[in-house]
Formats: sequence, C-alpha cells, structure tokens
Amino acid sequence: MFERFRTFISEAGVIVPQHKDTAMLPTEKLPLPKEIILPMSQHVGAPCVPCVAKGDHVDVGTMVGKAPTAVSMHIYSSVSGTVKAVEPLYQNAKGVTVVRVEPDGEQTVDPSIKPPVVTDYQSFIDALTISGIVGLGGAGFPTDIKVSPGNLPEIETILINGAECEPYLTTDNREFLEHPDTILAGINAIFKYLGVPKCIICIEENKPQAIALMKEKTKDDDRISVCELESRYPQGAETIMIRNATGKIVERGKLPASVGCIVVNVTTVSSIGKFLQTGMPLVSKRLTVAGDAIKNPKNLEVPIGTKIEDILEYCGLSKEPRKILLGGPMMGGAQVDITFPIIRQNNGLLAFGEEAAKVPRTTRCVRCGRCVNSCPLGLSPVDIRRAYMTYDAPKLNNLMADMCIGCGCCSYVCPAKLPLSQTASLAKAYLRSKGGK
Amino acid sequence: MDYKVERLLVSPTPHIHSVLTTRMIMLDVIIAMCPALIASVIIFGLRALLVVAVTVAACVGFEYLWNRIMHQPQTIGDLSAIITGMLLAFNMPVDIPLYMPIIGSLAAIIMTKALFGGLGHNFANPAIVGRIVLAVSFPAYMASVVVPKAFQACDAISAATPLAVIDEEIPFMDLFLGTHGGMVGETCSLALLIGFGWLLYTHIIEATIPLIFVGVVAVMSLLCGHNPINEIFSGGLLLGAIFMATDYTTSPFNRKGKIIFAIGCGLITAVIRFWGNMNEGVSYSILLMNLLVPFINEKTRRKPVGGVKR
Repeated sequence: MFERFRTFISEAGVIVPQHKDTAMLPTEKLPLPKEIILPMSQHVGAPCVPCVAKGDHVDVGTMVGKAPTAVSMHIYSSVSGTVKAVEPLYQNAKGVTVVRVEPDGEQTVDPSIKPPVVTDYQSFIDALTISGIVGLGGAGFPTDIKVSPGNLPEIETILINGAECEPYLTTDNREFLEHPDTILAGINAIFKYLGVPKCIICIEENKPQAIALMKEKTKDDDRISVCELESRYPQGAETIMIRNATGKIVERGKLPASVGCIVVNVTTVSSIGKFLQTGMPLVSKRLTVAGDAIKNPKNLEVPIGTKIEDILEYCGLSKEPRKILLGGPMMGGAQVDITFPIIRQNNGLLAFGEEAAKVPRTTRCVRCGRCVNSCPLGLSPVDIRRAYMTYDAPKLNNLMADMCIGCGCCSYVCPAKLPLSQTASLAKAYLRSKGGK
Repeated sequence: MDYKVERLLVSPTPHIHSVLTTRMIMLDVIIAMCPALIASVIIFGLRALLVVAVTVAACVGFEYLWNRIMHQPQTIGDLSAIITGMLLAFNMPVDIPLYMPIIGSLAAIIMTKALFGGLGHNFANPAIVGRIVLAVSFPAYMASVVVPKAFQACDAISAATPLAVIDEEIPFMDLFLGTHGGMVGETCSLALLIGFGWLLYTHIIEATIPLIFVGVVAVMSLLCGHNPINEIFSGGLLLGAIFMATDYTTSPFNRKGKIIFAIGCGLITAVIRFWGNMNEGVSYSILLMNLLVPFINEKTRRKPVGGVKR
C-alpha cells in the first residue's frame, strides 16, 4: 500500500527559475580568435596523445590529439594555422597537455576530409570513432562506445535527450530549431546501422516551438515519437529521463542499456548526422552565453578551444563578473581563470555579478526533510551527510550514496543552504575508495 | 569592463539556490501564529499579551545567554526561540504568575534544545517539554482554566476546562471562536485554522500530520462515545496538531513517516483523554511520538528508485 503512496507523492526534482531568454536568438558565429587552446582531455576516458609538434601547420579538421585507447576520442584542430606550443596547463586543479594553435585566418580544410563510407554496423562505429563526437550534453562520454553496448540486440529504444533542464541554456533548443534535418539524419543512421526499432525524442514542455517542429517533421515516421516532459529539473538526467519517458527503472550501478535504452543528446545526434554528410569532425560548438554580467546574451557558435575571455569580450560585460561557469548553474563548474578554453562538451558560458555569485551563508539543519523529498532518486542527502561526517562506509552503502547523480536538487532546496550535493559527491568518492561499491 | 581573475569565486554546485531560508520559514510560522495571538488578546485581555511577551523574551534571552556563555555563534537571529516562546505562552493560563513562564522557557530552551546541540538537534519539541515541566511542577495553576472575562458576569474566574465538563455542553460557536475557558492561545479554533491555512499556502508544512492527528482523535471519540466536535475544538488539540506536531526537527521526513507519527499522536491523545485522568493528552502524545521520530525515520526511509541492497 505504501509503495503506491510513494509514487503518488513523488515530489522528486525541483522547479528552478528558467531564465531561457536566449531561446529565440539565432546562433551567431564568433569571429576567429587570436589563439586556440586544445586540451588533450575533452571526454571521459584516457587523455589523447598530441600528434603535432611546435611549428607544424594544421588545417581545420587535422588531428592534433590521438586517442590512445578505445574509451577516448581523437581531437581535431578547429582552425587552420600554426602550432605555437604543446605544453602542460593546469585547468581546475587538473593538469592536462594542451596544443596551442595560432590561426592564420584562412580556415583551409584538411585535404583528407571526405564523407565517410558507411555501409554496415561496423563501418558506422568506425566512422564515429574518427568523428570526434562525444556526449555533448555535458558528460563527454565517447559516442562510439555509447552506441555499441555489449547487448546491442536487446536495445529497444533510443532516447534523444533534448530536455535541457538546466536554467539559462538554450543550445539544444537552437539545435532543434536550426538543424532538424541533421537530427533526423542522425536518428535514421542509428535506425539503419544499429537496428534499434524505436526512438523517443524527449523535450521539456518549455520549448513549444521545438516540440511542434519535431512533431511536424516526424509525423510520417511511426518509429519516432516526441515525448513532452514536464519542466522539472533534473529531467535531462539519463536515468530520470528513461523513467519518465518509458517507465523503466535503471537499477543501482547499471547502465541504461540494461533496460534496453540508449540516451543520446540531441546535439550529439545532430553532429552524427552532420559528420555522415560532410566528414568534418566536431570542431565547433554552440554555447549559450548568458548570466546577469553579460551585456548581450547570445547563442554563439565558437571554434573548440576558444578562450573564455574572447567570448566575454565579444558578448560584452555589463558588470564585473565574480563567477564564471562552464555549463548550467545547477551542475556547471566554476572557473578559476578566464584564459581557459571551451571544450567540446561545454554548452554554456555563464557570468554572474557580485549578487548572484554570492555563496549563501549556511545555518543549521532543521531536519525539514526538503532534501529527502526533492531527491529524484529518493536518496536521503541529510543522512548521507551525517554518515559521511563520521566516515561510516557501511551506513553510506546502506544509504546507497553511490547512486547520487550530483544533480544538486538537495542543495538547491535546503533552507539552511548546506552543501548537501557536495557532501554526497564526497561520500560517493569515499565509498568508492572503500571497496568500489 | 575591467575584471580581475583573482576575484573570481569558485564554489561547489549548484550555483543557484531557492530563496527559502531557515529564517523565512520561522517568520512564516510566527505570522501563522499571529491570528491566535490577536484572538487571545481579544478574548483574555491584554494580560495575554504580557504572558506571551514575557515568555518570548525569556526564551530569546536564554538562547542569547547560552550562546554567550558557551562561546557559540549567536543563533537568536534564526527566530526559532520566538516560536518556542509563543507556543509555550499559548499553553499557559492567562493568570499565570509571571515567574512560571521563565521556568518553562528555561526547560524549553536550555534543557531541551541547547543541551542537545541547538536548533535541529532537540529530541522533542521544546515548547511541549516546557509545558509538561510546568504542568508537573505547578499542577494547580496549569490545570485551572480561566474563563474569559469579557464573557462572564464577574471578573476572571477559574473553572474547569471544557474537556473536564461532562454534563455541560458548550455551544459550537463558542468553541469555534474560542469564547470559553482555556489556555491563552488554544481556545480560538478559527484563528488557529487561519494560521494553518497560511502554513499550507506558504508550503511550510504539509497537511498530513494535522489532518490525520485530528482525524484519528475524531474517529476514536466516535468509537468511544464522546462528542467529536467537543474533542476537536476544545483543549489543545488544534494548537498541538497544527503548530507542535508539525515541528520539522521532531516530526518524520517523508509522508509515510508522517502518517505513522500522526496516527500515533491521535491514538495516544485519545487514550489519555478517555481513559487517563490527566488533561495533558495532546502534549504527552506529541512528546512520546517525538521520541520515536529517529526510529520512524529509519524505518520509513524512501527506498531509492532502482536501489538494490548489496
């Protein structure tokens, strides 16, 4: 009886302010910057090995970083020009090798670029392996690995993630409105070469134009359906999206493929479509540049590797930025330096002024239970916090702290402004260090 | 526009927060108690305001002194001591000698809250403990109930609480508007219900605990042959169910736990009222269930979606 109640009262997730003012602004192209920095780690997995040296000439689409293992992804130059340096850079406390390229302004395309010849499953995966495409929603997981799970014949549904539940970000919305045909080309390639029978395009209801357009475009194809999801953060989280769009529940520690689903971001699918048509690997990325310190918020297409300061200069600042985020305000990382480059899984650049950047003062937990009731996975952040404070690994295991997806709902709703999401992430790391559970 | 890199703030995600703060929650609870405060002044006269003021001042004062003496960060700004003071005052007769609220405040703030680690760490609702300490220490005062002078021919006199009146039925409108004998803040059901509405409107509390608490008492009184209207609208049931049983720290997190908690409160109240000979049914029931809250939380914890034990 109580199980019924539990689903009935599910208040999972939070309704966050949208701030999607840039939703209807067409994508602009950033003028070529003076320098491009290409970090060798722009994905989940092993960092790439630089395959150019100082003084080399590169074209648009020339490989500059080679993937050393399967779980990795090649990195290509986004400009034509000269390699100025191959050197280490410390970005957000992580050391990474970067290739610095000075553009020559010609933007000549690498002569080896031609549309890939794709005839079957294997050639499709091989094509993705050289496409430079990773999960563009923010995760950065290599797409060739993602779409070739071990149990491929059991995959029934491919979910196109166009939820874009983060406030401010509107790049997926622009992808729907500006490139619906390459999205469909990508989906059709997946149908054809992976043999997946069904596709659900998941869009949050706050993007009515995108929903209408995709419904119109897919009305003749009964394999594709458009699923309108409630605008409730974190609707775009993989497991949450699968639960809300198909009703299937991904078990603790399992991948979406275990329930016959693959979730692919809409920009990723669109990039697959573009790559199959042109053979040009992923070299540019659309960003939503917004936040209260930005004078002219924009949807901006930038060459991968553009420095944050170049984008800020182009869009203008209305006040002193005190916090710069790559990604949305719920999960995006605060940057320590504006000379850092944009990498391919970034989808937003937000700059906030004094007031919005302020970290709220914490008070004491009153045990109101808002964090417990808002957790989309039904975890107990307040108890996880308490167990983490005493390094109680068995308790953390019982509380299933390892399931936390770091969405930040608990920290968002907490009236005491406690960093619950942070302690849950720390607890997750601690639990992993205590036996990999 | 100039900017300095070293002035960039780096903090853990998320970078936006809901506007709700602990102080706002407490302020909303205080607002919700104001109708009952106004009603008490109308019904019992200005001395009701004096009792409330003394109790609130004592509660805030004790918390301030405790933090000063123990070198703790000052916490009176979270306004929770004001709520404790108001609730405690609502549970006292209007003619109480003014040193008693101070003793009650000591029990509430120092004994129940501060000694256990302050806000969020109290094992029971401080105001409930304060009331019970007073009821046990000064039974003569706390059991006598002042009949409002505005509605009596003579000056304020002490009489039995309506619950103790077996033969005499009080008209419903008197019960509803609170123009009958009782403690300072508990008689005017209308004012308490307005406060309840405010708490629901601002999403400070869920309706679960008050509705089930009152519902169980009503069902039990029907089953045991008592008048449910009389049971609900007299005595401290509404005050307890709306403002005391819903205290965050001492009520369970999720709805399943809240249901169990409220049923327990209702049953214990009914048992004490119908078969016991104390008139502190609501207070004791909430206190007893408060003690069970950690256990209820542990047993009713939501199973994570897709979570499997290993």
